[in-house]
Amino acid sequence: MEEKRRARRKEKNEYFFDYSLLFLLLFLLGFGLIMIYSASSYEAFQAYQDAAHYLKKQLVAICVGLVAMVAATRIPLGFWRYVAYASYGVSIVLILLVKSPLGVQSHGAYRWIGIPGTGFNLQPAEVAKIAVILVCALLLSNMKENVKRWGAWIFMMIVPLPLAALIYFVTDNLSSAIIVIAIAWVMIFISSPTFMRYVVMGGGALSGAAAIVFYVVQKAQQPVQEGESQNFRFGRILAWLDPEAASRGQGFQTVQGLYAIGSGGIWGKGLGESIQKMDFVPEAQNDMIFSIICEELGLFGGGAVIILFIMLLWRMMRIATNARDNFSALLVTGVMAQIAVQAILNIAVVTNTIPNTGVSLPFISYGGTSVVFLLAEMGIVFGVAGRILQKDMR
Amino acid sequence: MLFPNKVYHRRNILTFFLGCVLVFMVLMGRLVYLMVWENQYYSEQATDLHERERSIKADRGLILDRNGKVLASNRSVCTVSVVHNQITEPETVIRELCKYLDLSEEYVRKRVEKYSSMERIQSNVDIEIGDQIRQLHLDGVKVDEDYKRHYPYGTLASKVLGFTGSDNQGILGLEVKYDQYLQGTPGTILTVTDAKGMEVEGISERRIEPISGNSLQTSLDINIQSYATQLAYQVKDSKQADSVSIIVMDPRSGEILAMADVSEYDLNDPFVLPVDTPEGLSAAEKQNVLNGVWRNTCINDTYEPGSVFKIITAAAGLEEGVVTCDSRFYCPGYIIVGDRKIRCHKVQGHGSEDFVLGTMNSCNPVFISTGLSLGVDRYYEYYKQFGLLNKTGIDLPGEAGTIMHKPENMGEVELATVAFGQSFQITPIQMLATAASLVNGGKRITPHFGVQIVEESGKTIKLHYESENRILSEDTSGTLREILEQVVSEGTGKNGKVEGYLVGGKTATSQTLPRGSGRYIASFLGFAPADDPQVIAIAIVNNPKGIYYGGQVAAPIVRQLFENILPYLEVKEYNQ
Repeated sequence: MEEKRRARRKEKNEYFFDYSLLFLLLFLLGFGLIMIYSASSYEAFQAYQDAAHYLKKQLVAICVGLVAMVAATRIPLGFWRYVAYASYGVSIVLILLVKSPLGVQSHGAYRWIGIPGTGFNLQPAEVAKIAVILVCALLLSNMKENVKRWGAWIFMMIVPLPLAALIYFVTDNLSSAIIVIAIAWVMIFISSPTFMRYVVMGGGALSGAAAIVFYVVQKAQQPVQEGESQNFRFGRILAWLDPEAASRGQGFQTVQGLYAIGSGGIWGKGLGESIQKMDFVPEAQNDMIFSIICEELGLFGGGAVIILFIMLLWRMMRIATNARDNFSALLVTGVMAQIAVQAILNIAVVTNTIPNTGVSLPFISYGGTSVVFLLAEMGIVFGVAGRILQKDMR
Repeated sequence: MLFPNKVYHRRNILTFFLGCVLVFMVLMGRLVYLMVWENQYYSEQATDLHERERSIKADRGLILDRNGKVLASNRSVCTVSVVHNQITEPETVIRELCKYLDLSEEYVRKRVEKYSSMERIQSNVDIEIGDQIRQLHLDGVKVDEDYKRHYPYGTLASKVLGFTGSDNQGILGLEVKYDQYLQGTPGTILTVTDAKGMEVEGISERRIEPISGNSLQTSLDINIQSYATQLAYQVKDSKQADSVSIIVMDPRSGEILAMADVSEYDLNDPFVLPVDTPEGLSAAEKQNVLNGVWRNTCINDTYEPGSVFKIITAAAGLEEGVVTCDSRFYCPGYIIVGDRKIRCHKVQGHGSEDFVLGTMNSCNPVFISTGLSLGVDRYYEYYKQFGLLNKTGIDLPGEAGTIMHKPENMGEVELATVAFGQSFQITPIQMLATAASLVNGGKRITPHFGVQIVEESGKTIKLHYESENRILSEDTSGTLREILEQVVSEGTGKNGKVEGYLVGGKTATSQTLPRGSGRYIASFLGFAPADDPQVIAIAIVNNPKGIYYGGQVAAPIVRQLFENILPYLEVKEYNQ
């Protein structure tokens, strides 16, 4: 019976729809809303007399994002080819707009631009991420296997750098710059048959990082000379190595996050029972939300989130592998790369596995622009999936 | 291959995916490390960070008299406070608190309307009133229970017991001396707070229960103490004296049965200034007045003991053998020492007398002669041997030391005056303790109040005091008792005689310094039964008006005291 139905479906050339991916996505969004409410309600009530302040704003953003996702699903994939270069240009303009009167300052940096008349702010770095996905997908699908030639390869490697440089220097946002580069390079890696040069690159990056850490530690042991101020990012590396020694300065957030995670234990304190969210972990609903998840839901909850992300990536890999053409496959790959890199960096930062840098946890952390653009990207992924014939799915 | 010119490599995406999974697994491992291995460390750190301690007072141990009567206990009281943010009906709160606490509206309004986390309205509120306020269920009004030290007998033995401060710590008297036993260990309430220190509602508090302090059983007898105090007040009033002190002690052990030093003060309200205090004193001046009120003259002050001290000279002379009971003396009314003529109190002289009669007459030349026959070195040696140079070691704070000539500065004139109790100063307790040690068979006792520590479980710990150090032979002690019995039965101390009992004793009338001021100290030291002393007492009347002789003023005090307590003590002894 079952066999027959499946056979019939294949015969009828039905299109594939990834219900698992949709479920995973909605689950993550719903879970994220619960955790945002849990993590922010205490502070929100004190600051705005409204425990649901952040929850409401995030709910609006998710609704906008879901509309954008559905719309993106309906847009013919060819459209993205036409707008790819334009989106690259638009992101550059948006990033520069941050320095215009439209720019909004928050936490000491200009990273947002206000959308006139709406009261909402837009983070250009999120636009840049989608732009780099579109441009790389277009360029790489056009190049075909030529990408393994050194000239083309080096050209591709350089493509994300101008955007990343602008993000870093104009909006002072190192983590977004790293993510933009990472998305592009992951896409290049996946579309080129060569392997060795990546191993060499990886080794180089690791030894470079080690050298920097070594240098910073050496520098820290020398007495500070007059007129010399300690580099802010150097401080972050030192705080990473010994967060509790720096717990009053740059290690504060990290240490408070570690207290939250470490005190969670295997089963956690129970949903809503976090104490660290009571102003101890600064802006708990934001980049540090994973620490509150761990405190309230324990190793069990933290592990479940990791497994959800692995499953999400696995579904996207399946779609990319079965996509009808190179361009769509690369689009999915780009989105997958972005989610993977952000989730890994976020969890690594929160657990103090790497030095502190602000990365949000996809779909869960509070942040309107991020979730709207991620959902739009997911719309593209569903669009790609929807053009796969059921019978072609392997 | 689906697409001939595939730019996309299934192998590479799988590599990327597996790479991601690997990194995720590493992070998972990191989580396990933090949340399982390091869980305890971080939990402790976090708890330290979140919990704020509020301490719970421990029940302070009781102070008991020798029969178990409670001299100092704890009373539950309430502290009424308001939490500004939680008040919903300020007018009702102000009205009700004014009504129940009997406070002015202005006072309460100021505190209710003050923006602070918690404002105390009144402490030491009676538990009944606190309960009534609690019954009103007013939002923002907190009634916290608390302990307050309570002295059921008010002023009784105030200078011995002392009192405690707001944190239940001993400040004066036995309360401070035995603080370590009485105090107990405070408990704590741990409340969870947010980063700003605000208490988090709805999270259960952790309590560490306080450990009550141990009780102190003293040697005081509430009946004797009451009677002694009553007598002292009577004499103070009738003789318009500055102060009257009475100490009653067991000469065998050094246990003090009563120590009255009137005027006493109210232990339940020790900071009240005397009624005759002038207005408008500065804080330091007020403190000075209070220090005077709290001062225990039996221990904190020294005086010239006068003729009572002849007991010591007699003991030294008899022990050394320079005099015997039969030694003959002649008193012409004065004696020449060196270039000085020292008068006897009887200007016309006592004439011919033996040593016993000399003592009965309290004849100065007899004791000056005895002192001189001993000589400075031997006399000083006895002075030291009898323990007069040291403090008695009584278990009350602030015992004053002896003021005495240095032996190298002591000539015959100085020796002569010391021999009948002048030109040096000791505390009343030192006088009593030394006399007790000389008549009890010759062993130096340590005067004390603390008998044993009683733990909450009922276990008792005896307190030990030095009482074995022999300072006088049994024989001399016996002789001394006989002579002193004669003093009371037929000599200057006959006002100390008690029907049916043998009482020994010695009177004294000493001038206070500077001499010629017309201020005297009348005193009498008596013990009974004279052949086997079980109780010894000293009464000191400071600056009596009118008749000021010790035999007339002080001896009757001890007589009345003994008349009442000797039968009582006999019953007690039989019961033991």
